[in-house]
Amino acid sequence: MAILIDKNSKVLVTGLTGRIGSFHAQEMRDYGTNVVGGVTPGKGGMVHNGLPVFNTVKGAVAETGADMVIAFVPPPFAADSIMEAADAGIRTCICIADGIPTQDMIRVKRYMRRYKAENRMRLIGPNCAGIITPGQGFAGLMPPHIYLPGRVGIIGRSGTLGYEAASQMKARGIGVSSSIGIGGDPINGSSFRDILELFENDPETDAVVLVGEIGGPQEAEAAEYIRDHMTKPVAAYIAGLSAPKGRRMGHAGAIVSAFGESAQEKVEILKDCGVTIVPTPSAFGEAVETMLAA
Amino acid sequence: MDIHEYQAKELLKRFGVNVPRGGIAYSPEQAVYRAQELSGDKCVVKAQIHSGARGKAGGVRVCSSDEEIADAASWMLGRKLVTHQTGPQGKLVGRLYVEEATDIRQEIYLGFVMDRTEERVVVVASAQGGMEIEDISANEPDSIIRSVVDPAVGMQAFQAREIAFQLGLDPSLIAQASKTITGAYKMMDQLDASMLEINPLVVTGSGEIVALDCKVSFDDNALFRHPEISELRDKSQEDARETYAGDRGLNYIGLEGEIGCIVNGAGLAMATLDMIKMAGGEPANFLDVGGGASPERVLMSFKAVLNDPNVEAVLVNIFAGINRCDWIAEGVVRAVQELDLKLPLVVRLSGTNVEEGRKILAESDLNITTAETLAEAAEKVVSAWRMAEAKNGRAA
Repeated sequence: MAILIDKNSKVLVTGLTGRIGSFHAQEMRDYGTNVVGGVTPGKGGMVHNGLPVFNTVKGAVAETGADMVIAFVPPPFAADSIMEAADAGIRTCICIADGIPTQDMIRVKRYMRRYKAENRMRLIGPNCAGIITPGQGFAGLMPPHIYLPGRVGIIGRSGTLGYEAASQMKARGIGVSSSIGIGGDPINGSSFRDILELFENDPETDAVVLVGEIGGPQEAEAAEYIRDHMTKPVAAYIAGLSAPKGRRMGHAGAIVSAFGESAQEKVEILKDCGVTIVPTPSAFGEAVETMLAA
Repeated sequence: MDIHEYQAKELLKRFGVNVPRGGIAYSPEQAVYRAQELSGDKCVVKAQIHSGARGKAGGVRVCSSDEEIADAASWMLGRKLVTHQTGPQGKLVGRLYVEEATDIRQEIYLGFVMDRTEERVVVVASAQGGMEIEDISANEPDSIIRSVVDPAVGMQAFQAREIAFQLGLDPSLIAQASKTITGAYKMMDQLDASMLEINPLVVTGSGEIVALDCKVSFDDNALFRHPEISELRDKSQEDARETYAGDRGLNYIGLEGEIGCIVNGAGLAMATLDMIKMAGGEPANFLDVGGGASPERVLMSFKAVLNDPNVEAVLVNIFAGINRCDWIAEGVVRAVQELDLKLPLVVRLSGTNVEEGRKILAESDLNITTAETLAEAAEKVVSAWRMAEAKNGRAA
């Protein structure tokens, strides 16, 4: 496999019976993703669009052997849903919800530390577009046809900017090993650094594209990791060069509140660590092609 | 969401933090009356706006007579105060807080932030209060005390004591300071604040610890569980364009330029603003229409963008994942027709149902410029804006 998801991943959809959960579960199955069932408390025993519904994640895991959860649960209940997945022994949980209170995420991160590192669930998101390994499966919202199967990894905060990168690469015949949306919230499950490490260790990935933005310390942390630990080339784009300081640009996490959090500063830090800078959001294809040819 | 100083102080009081006595006034007469209620020979008239650094802008005045109070109040009320936090347009003073004067012996900085590296609440304190935290970290970095709170158990008494001792407070003040620090933390925690700053927290001549000013922001995503906080919202302190869009469920931020933007996804929206700037233009706004945008939502987005009288050209940039380009195109056509749009309009569609979307635009026979890529779209809208500026007799 590339990283995190392949055709064997057994995906459970929490919030399956809702409008959004139903729609995306169907899209995921149409692409060939191995969706094994759903969870909606109180609707256990039902069959929804041909999928078995369970009351609890633990119950679903016992019956289906699910190892991945994609949560289509509204923000007020999302933290609870993530913790339920972690406690049921799920390996990877993708949380789509945009609007989870920050304190809830602080508690989720603290809660997950109760499990030993080797048993700890990996959380992707929240407020993300999900994950895809082209040609194998996806758990998320993305239009899967814009990804050509290949050997370049993508990590991004923004869903649509990640699409922009993938489709520009496809236009030049460059494929994607996996694309991971880490989400636009100030506190998220997996950082750029966490996913870079997975790509660095993945034999099916040759290079990585990082799509960052203003706000927070994670791009700078990624830059240090790239400088000290990565053998594979990395290209990066940072959105928000024109964003005024102190304004929250759509994503809860996209706000410059400390030194090193502006787009200009992040670009400088990444450049200093040997990262190829994608100068504009229209230059993903060209920059990745040049990087791969070098 | 931000609230006013006097509202923040009322909340602090509920959590056991001492604040000076005071009252709210909407007119000079009322300000004088409030001061009489407080008695004492001095009082402070404070303009209530959602910004720090009000003192430098003339928004805080110590008064010792009824005339001074009335003068200060008439000067402040109805005025737009400009600080480095308000932007050049300033913020309107609609209400005043009249407070008893405090005899200050020492000024302390006390703040609580959501730290993104720690992924926890961090307490920041300094014995060099009164100036802004940015200036403290620039000028007195060694004076800054930091303490990380474990979310599983909350702030512990020993942590508050440690901070109090590190601030160099007299042993007789430690219990009071700990109570203040713990109380403010509880307010941050229980009310889902995203930032709480007491600056200055003062030690008075008579050995009392009092919060002299307080700034607090709440996590918008948690307001659903704090209806009593939502009620404190003061729309007069917000950008009118943002209030209009926000009340209609749109994620909109007003900027200073002339090119209106409608984009899906926060990252792509930011990137679109960057592209416009790089092409030599100035964006008028950030707007993320979100996923699954219906034609009605697109129409609503146009209304929000055109609500800004400075807008001279509009760019729509959609990379449809959950969205459908045909729905977006339908919304664009409806907006142009229903709003009788005369401004230049550039539309770039990509992703799900793009062919259907482009067909709808082409068959509408409306004056819509289309673009295939983001770069092309940015260039086209900037050149259209330049022509509009030239027509209006302005050099772009």
